[in-house]
Amino acid sequence: MKIAIVKNYYGDFGGEETGGNVPKEYTADSTAWPLWEVFIRSKQGLDHKHAGSLKAADAQMAIENARDVYTRRQEGVSLWVVESKYIHASNPDDAESLYEPAEDKIYRHPTFYDLPDEIKHM
Amino acid sequence: MQLHDLEKKFQEKIDKEIKIEPKDWMPEAYRKTNVRQISQHAHSEIVGMLPEGNWISRAPSLKRKAILIAKVQDEAGHGLYLYSAAETLGTSREQMIDDLHSGKAKYSSIFNYPTLTWADMGAVGWLVDGAAILNQVMLCRTSYGPYARAMVRICKEESFHQRQGFESLLVLSRGTPEQKAMCQDAINRWWWPSLMMFGPKDSESTNSDQSMKWKIKRKTNDELRQSFVNMAVEQVKLLGMTLPDPDLKWNEATKNYDFGEINWEEFWAVVKGNGPCNKQRLAARNKAHKEGAWVREAALAYAAKKAAREKAA
Repeated sequence: MKIAIVKNYYGDFGGEETGGNVPKEYTADSTAWPLWEVFIRSKQGLDHKHAGSLKAADAQMAIENARDVYTRRQEGVSLWVVESKYIHASNPDDAESLYEPAEDKIYRHPTFYDLPDEIKHM
Repeated sequence: MQLHDLEKKFQEKIDKEIKIEPKDWMPEAYRKTNVRQISQHAHSEIVGMLPEGNWISRAPSLKRKAILIAKVQDEAGHGLYLYSAAETLGTSREQMIDDLHSGKAKYSSIFNYPTLTWADMGAVGWLVDGAAILNQVMLCRTSYGPYARAMVRICKEESFHQRQGFESLLVLSRGTPEQKAMCQDAINRWWWPSLMMFGPKDSESTNSDQSMKWKIKRKTNDELRQSFVNMAVEQVKLLGMTLPDPDLKWNEATKNYDFGEINWEEFWAVVKGNGPCNKQRLAARNKAHKEGAWVREAALAYAAKKAAREKAA
């Protein structure tokens, strides 16, 4: 038996002859939206945690886009967005002077103290 | 610090499996390789929506339509995660999009093949997404932090893409003689292009050595391709279909399936822009971007107006 398969040589095939090295007719910059950072609270009682970033024209749109992009599978119950330019970060070159002094202060950890095994609830 | 000292310290971090973060010092070539690879990856997600978007209005049932819409929406999100990761390396979204639209930047060649029947949606999910997942799982451990984090998020979502594809083929494989024939035909057309997705042979690949040393990649093209073949050979049996390669044979010595030679001439032709749909894909992207310009402008104007009103109140 001969079986004929219907193939759709339209829509996804043929047609358009343009494309590739299309001359630019405008500069994209004039319509570009600012960048936002997205923070998600995954469930009630937990901190908001950085999830990623996205582009949006304003805060309301950033929240709507964050909802669409980052919480499609019940990843969160609350969203924060902040425009990326308002985030200030520490410099990685300062990491030694900032964080290393804590290394020799092991007495700040409970395990530093040697106590008898008999002691309970401590 | 001298440049070679910085490079030495950088390599030590990589060797110790310490992730590289955006503000850390990195060799210019490391930055460039990551920008190229991450943006290419982002473009692939975006262009990958085109052949699938074509089938949303032609899906055979409401269930399949809903699944397809969800999948296409995921791809848009994956593109966004990756563009954001690339942006942390100092390139801009606008620059990347311009490079895609001008044809300067590449995207995965697989999307330059047409989807001719509904069975192609299943084959794309099973084979194309299956091949992509092998690469993506490896990239969850890539050395650049933002790229690795984007990949973790992507992998969580991608598994549904492959499973829905296989299930869709499974339904066809148990259907009418026409549906069975469609299923086999789609597998025949997508098998070889899927193998090509892993890129040139290790012996021909120019960027591989350095990328392995920097742990951007952790497995070679040939290693990934071989694992894909080994998995697919077993999975196709469950469909009661065959893979279109007479040279497929279990090799007891290597514990792998040997497979036939890929048509590298075709591979390079498609990479260079001469695949069946290269022109059409770029035309569709350019058109969408151009025709969407007023939406981006209107959103900005609306945001500015709202901000001014809030200030006045």
